[in-house]
Amino acid sequence: MVVSPIGDDNRPTGQDGEGGTNMASEQLETLSPPPYHVHLRDPWLAALWAWLWPGAGHLYQGRYVKGGIFMTCILLTYFFGLAIGGGHVVYASFRQPDLRLHYLLQVGVGLPALPALVQTYRQRTERGPLFGWKAMYPPDVRGEQIYDELAEWNAQYGFYFELGTLYTMVAGLLNVLAIYDAHSGPVWTMTSRDRRPPDPG
Amino acid sequence: MLAMVILFAATSRWLWAVPLIVSISFVYAATRHEESWAILEHAIRFGAWITGFMLLLFMVFYVATEWWAG
Repeated sequence: MVVSPIGDDNRPTGQDGEGGTNMASEQLETLSPPPYHVHLRDPWLAALWAWLWPGAGHLYQGRYVKGGIFMTCILLTYFFGLAIGGGHVVYASFRQPDLRLHYLLQVGVGLPALPALVQTYRQRTERGPLFGWKAMYPPDVRGEQIYDELAEWNAQYGFYFELGTLYTMVAGLLNVLAIYDAHSGPVWTMTSRDRRPPDPG
Repeated sequence: MLAMVILFAATSRWLWAVPLIVSISFVYAATRHEESWAILEHAIRFGAWITGFMLLLFMVFYVATEWWAG
């Protein structure tokens, strides 16, 4: 699949229908984006790759610069957030009293957030944390206020627990934009170069 | 005085916004363009816009705090 942001076929016509006025044509010439084509290959497969690993969908499409930007920015944001929250800010718990809706945004980052589901499964089947590592393992809040591990994390990490949660949520949301881009190509907007009037010559 | 204390406490926390602003600017810009120069240009403009917006909000809250503290 090849995408051209605004191709000749998509150009709006003027008020008089056929081709528009000269003024409208001149404006269109000024506003037309540079004619680039994006080869999206299989868009759905690219979107899947983009979700699984930020930037991977773009690498699959041969859009290496953008793939690098997405991978660097999104993964750094995610892992930085995870680190400052002690690895506890990403976990999947959808049972009261701990309904962790944040995970719905964090899972946008794909594979790096999926171990949380494994940890949740292991907790429910009482197998304990994977490799004994408590990162992404849901907190123990089952006791009736006898022991609240989530409160303990909040007390231990304080501001950084909230900040880490924010970073990881933002990373997940940013990857949604990247997935859209991998599937459908860029949303074209004007740049300063596009705004320049055409050369009189 | 209270406003100055809040300002001092808030300043260090604001630095945590910098990585987010950079990341958001680049990712957003990259979803709008294909060429590197266009992505960079858009990212800088967008980052400046976010920073300006945050500063504006900060000023509003600062003035409100001053007024509230008397």
